[in-house]
Amino acid sequence: MISRDYDDVPGTYVLDSRSYRKGYHLNMFCMSLNKAECREEFARDEMAYLQKFPMTDEQRQAVLDRDYIRLLQLGANVYYTFKIVSHDRQPPQVMYGKMSSPPMSFEEFQEMMINGGRPIDGNRSKKESGNG
Amino acid sequence: MARLVAGMGTSHVPGVGAAMDNGKTDEPYWSELFSGFAPLRAWHAENVPDVTIIVFNDHATSMALNHYSTFMMGVAESFQPADEGWGPRKVPVVQGHPELAWHLVESLILDEFDMAVTADFDVDHGLTVPMSIAYDQPDAWPTRVIPLCVNVIQHPQPTALRCYKLGQAIRRAIDSFPEDITVGIWGTGGLSHQLGGERAGVVNPDFDRMFLDNLVRDPMANTRLTHTDFIREAGSEGIEMIMWNVMRGALDEKVREVYRLYHIPVSATAYGAIILEND
Ligand SMILES: [Fe+2]
Repeated sequence: MISRDYDDVPGTYVLDSRSYRKGYHLNMFCMSLNKAECREEFARDEMAYLQKFPMTDEQRQAVLDRDYIRLLQLGANVYYTFKIVSHDRQPPQVMYGKMSSPPMSFEEFQEMMINGGRPIDGNRSKKESGNG
Repeated sequence: MARLVAGMGTSHVPGVGAAMDNGKTDEPYWSELFSGFAPLRAWHAENVPDVTIIVFNDHATSMALNHYSTFMMGVAESFQPADEGWGPRKVPVVQGHPELAWHLVESLILDEFDMAVTADFDVDHGLTVPMSIAYDQPDAWPTRVIPLCVNVIQHPQPTALRCYKLGQAIRRAIDSFPEDITVGIWGTGGLSHQLGGERAGVVNPDFDRMFLDNLVRDPMANTRLTHTDFIREAGSEGIEMIMWNVMRGALDEKVREVYRLYHIPVSATAYGAIILEND
């Protein structure tokens, strides 16, 4: 697989040709939740609705679990997973907190932002953040 | 002749629209930001152009992986607020300006900018939130709008330099439009923010300040930033800032900064706005 210079940025998932292909159907499922009738159908029986999309079982399970970081690892993009957290009528900070490392509650994530956000220092590169 | 009067850059965070739509702007979380909007709104009230070109991006709303364009011009008579998963925002329908939109398309393509065209496009928070920031909650929007949609979600986005050059080409097109109308241009999105991944919530005030200062004094410096510079320094979603370069490219080389607002946090972002007039 072609590497990219941004692969060195820690905790970051860029929607590019690699994730495009891996996450195509997963993201298109998320996108479908823009439509009220699809949201209703998903709410009635989540698994049955997910079966309509040619996704992997792992992707389906991550949706059922609302395992947002796993969804990104499986090719989803955050603008698409936004549709799931909106469907759940939760504020997006719930999702941002679950993705964070270590994971944070809604309140913890809010507090981090109110205190100036996650600092850029130490988070620019995998080498700098010590998780390379 | 058409005349470009001013430019604005502003973030388009959906939470700002939701706070207005749900009557939460007096809550402590929002009140400081909204008092910062007051001077911005006062300027807009005095400076409503006939048409505003709004450079924004769609967020998996009307475009998705199956069809997307790098640059797309909206040529419809009107644009409906989109359902992004919560039901459409209850804001006025956006009225287009097909005459100028088509003039832009023709002029830009002959000027080597191959625009995609849409006449059927619901607009999401990327466009409607800046309208709410500028004009609050009117019964009808005071300006007509030409949506100019940029792909900033899917790599590779257009380069920062390409965006600036597009702005310059837009200016040439405005200057050659025969009708006597006033035109504004907004760049939206940003500033530093990252929504996805373990690094979600990262912001970078030093980078944002540099970007805003460069917009005023040295706009070419912002055209030398690479995709990875944005992703690394401003967060993976901070790359939306390239859309401000389109706005800046359309203005004169020398501009006057009329107003600047910077506030952390708005949701998971650093909020920024700037108003620039041709000097
Ligand atoms: Fe955006």
